Amino acid sequence: MQTQVALLHLRVNGEAHPVAAPTHKTLLEVLREDLGLTGTKHGCEVGECGTCTVLVDGEPILSCLTLAADVEGREITTVEGLAQNGELHPLQVAFAERGAAQCGYCTPGMLLSAKALLDRNPRPTEDEIKEALSGNLCRCTGYLKIIEAVKLAGERLAQGGPR
Amino acid sequence: MPKVIKTEVEFEGRFYEEYIVLEGEDLSPWGPDRDREFRFVGKPQPRVDGPERVTGAAKFTHDIQLPGMLYGRILRCPHPHARIQRIDTSKAEKLPGVRLVLSAENAPEIPWRMGLTQLFDRTLRYAGEEVALVVADEEEICYDALDLIEVEYEPLPFVVDPVKALEPNAPKVHESGNLLNGAPEVYERGDLEKGFEEADVVVEGVFRTQSALHNCMETHGSVAHWEGDTLVIWDSTQHIFGVRAQVAQALGLPLNRVRVIKQYMGGGFGSKNAAGKYTVMAALAARRTGRPVQVLLDRFEENLATGNRPSTVQTLKLGAKEDGRLTAIYHKSILNVGAYAAWPASASGPTKRLYSCPNLKTEDYSVYTNLGPFSAFRAPGYVEGTFALESMMDELARKLNLDPLELRLKNYAEIDPITNKPYTTKGLKQAYERGAQLIGWEKREEVKKTRSTKTKRVGFGMASQIWGGSGGPPAYALVKINPDGTATVITGTQDIGTGTRTALAQIAAEALGFPLERVRVELGDTQWGVYSPLSAGSMTLASVGPAVRAAAEDARAQLLDVGAQVLEIPRDRISLEQGEFVDARSGERTPVQTIFEKLLNYTIVGKGARGPNPEDKNINTFGAQFARVEVDLETGRVRVERIVAVHESGRVVNPLTIRSQLYGGVIQGLGYALTERRLEDPRRGLVVNPSLETYKVPTVEDVPDIVAEMVDMPDPEANPLGVKGVGEPPIIPTAAAIANAVADALGFRVYELPLTVDRVLMALQRGEPSRGEDNK
Repeated sequence: MQTQVALLHLRVNGEAHPVAAPTHKTLLEVLREDLGLTGTKHGCEVGECGTCTVLVDGEPILSCLTLAADVEGREITTVEGLAQNGELHPLQVAFAERGAAQCGYCTPGMLLSAKALLDRNPRPTEDEIKEALSGNLCRCTGYLKIIEAVKLAGERLAQGGPR
Repeated sequence: MPKVIKTEVEFEGRFYEEYIVLEGEDLSPWGPDRDREFRFVGKPQPRVDGPERVTGAAKFTHDIQLPGMLYGRILRCPHPHARIQRIDTSKAEKLPGVRLVLSAENAPEIPWRMGLTQLFDRTLRYAGEEVALVVADEEEICYDALDLIEVEYEPLPFVVDPVKALEPNAPKVHESGNLLNGAPEVYERGDLEKGFEEADVVVEGVFRTQSALHNCMETHGSVAHWEGDTLVIWDSTQHIFGVRAQVAQALGLPLNRVRVIKQYMGGGFGSKNAAGKYTVMAALAARRTGRPVQVLLDRFEENLATGNRPSTVQTLKLGAKEDGRLTAIYHKSILNVGAYAAWPASASGPTKRLYSCPNLKTEDYSVYTNLGPFSAFRAPGYVEGTFALESMMDELARKLNLDPLELRLKNYAEIDPITNKPYTTKGLKQAYERGAQLIGWEKREEVKKTRSTKTKRVGFGMASQIWGGSGGPPAYALVKINPDGTATVITGTQDIGTGTRTALAQIAAEALGFPLERVRVELGDTQWGVYSPLSAGSMTLASVGPAVRAAAEDARAQLLDVGAQVLEIPRDRISLEQGEFVDARSGERTPVQTIFEKLLNYTIVGKGARGPNPEDKNINTFGAQFARVEVDLETGRVRVERIVAVHESGRVVNPLTIRSQLYGGVIQGLGYALTERRLEDPRRGLVVNPSLETYKVPTVEDVPDIVAEMVDMPDPEANPLGVKGVGEPPIIPTAAAIANAVADALGFRVYELPLTVDRVLMALQRGEPSRGEDNK
């Protein structure tokens, strides 16, 4: 196998991360293995489960289906970048408070899909929440607490919460 | 002096006799009257490790990255049954970056599955069975190397249908034959023939259920690393002590040189109750290469080789008097256990135990086939069996023109029908009553009338749940009190996502008289944790919780003894509240850490052990679920509108996390009822849908309105906490309740799960009631 290594200029959670990585590596692999950001999980690596969801320029994408080289220079947000100045994002607060994170494995992906939703629509209806999260599988919670937490975080954000 | 006694313990619906060592003194039960005084127990408490879980800080086995770590990936057999004629790994070994290839050629002979096979066997009994392990610098190199391994297989005759596997000339999965233990498991009571003779009505049906896959979000896997002469394993497991014992035995190591760690895990549901081949392979490879080795399964391997709920064919016959009283039950189950089984599967548990019926016979045939091995899956056997039993009960109710709920109350068991012992507590009637109220059971005919249209029909159904969940010994805990007035709870249990850390912190804080935030729970590490059982069988809280309370009470007593002397207050006047000594006479409060200032480095270690379960009582959990569905007659689509789940599992320690468990169980039950199924191609012997997309795990869009409640009923006779398990109960009756609601909507029954559109449409086309014999 011939491996081409390239120097990639990634922007992750507001910081520049130059990283030398094989060009065939997915964003998921580079985040976890090269940058040590293991908050982003792998569940299937074929785009079916949504656990690897991250934001690229604010839009949720599946990092297991994205080559790291394809998102050079764009703003990548992972779960590690949700908290700001040591303060949890209202979504994180609501997920912890309402028990929306059970085993916690799908949680990072859920949080980022939900953030993309709330950023454009802080007061989503239940159907809008379901649509936004329909690509993120969870095997523990039964989803209801997740819907509840997203709704709560949206309300708090709309009422001028931290952000 | 420790006292040794013999006692009966229940696990996953099966009973075992065990010797246990009693230690310490019996605690007085936390009776119902204590509830008023509780500060933490019974209060909704967000997870103490919630922040870790929402920030990405929680480290799962998949997240363990060690310096110099190598990657191991597994070559799997493409045939349902084959013998390896020749295996050549030389090309793979020469690929740059490959460090090791392990196979039957060069690996030690390590017996697996109680000697039925080996770690690397030359005979392979299902498509997906392990053939070789490649260890390389990078994952991609592993995959390239796997392609370079040359294997010549001699294909052998195979069988995947359990009914065909029982035929005389069927291909043999094992030399000993295809029926596990050579005979069915039979249970009988009373006189079956007489029971059916006495019956005024008899109903009979044949039910088929699918093979279901756990599909934990975190796939199975291990990371192994040698630190000097100690093997350290991070394993995605429900049983760290079990993995330690298995790996130590496989590698011939003493127990004190194997350390197993599991801090966070992305789901198990019974599929991670023991070490996997991947665990032992990682350990062997780490020893051979001198480097840490990670072996993780991908989603496809996960769906082929890590266990499943066996598919069943169940014949059920009920006889009853005109008033509904059961006179006889016959239940025969054929269960497809795949190529290997850790124990015989059974679907007859609920049939034997749920109702009072004097004449009864059950037969469970565990049949080997050339498919992936079965394993425990959240209430093994009870989900399958309850679907058949509770469906048949509804058919009986229809025939007798009785309300299904009334029929169940007519046959309510006041004592356990197997042991004839009374229950410690039984809250099933309360669950029926509350559930009926929440679904609007009495008004269901009106709702059906107003809601149903020419193309849509609404139906209501219900089903009952019985399960064990008593927990039991052995389970131990330590509680340390630190010099700054904080406490550390140490156990060897696992938090598999259910909220164990949180519940144990609540219990310890309650017993110590400490604020919750001053208590930290350490678990998931064999190195310093004391033995706790596997986190399965709905047994964690009821096993480990009482040990934690005992350890906390011990630590508290020691703290009070010392505190009284240092503060010069008589022992009977001093107490602990919120981390402070309180003098009953003066009311003066002194923070506990002040005494440590005078006693430099004084350390308190409280010790606790789980006592035995009562000998003269049965401990069970109960519940009832009610479903309202809408069936589209044109498309065959079943839409579950509402599920009401009311369960009784003793005292509720944490109402917040228990509700999550109920919701989660119901959704898994709904997936089992409507969408989930492993599909096998009988001509090729292969699983054709080993992926999430094609297996159809429920998504957020499939979630109905769920109302989940507990009958909060402390069970002080069960154990000194009054708790019972709740992990498995909520999945048990869901499919049965939905199937009954669908039958209510259609006016006839579909006897096979899942209730997919094609089956509903076919049943509609047939247009007449069927007893299930002609389905498939």
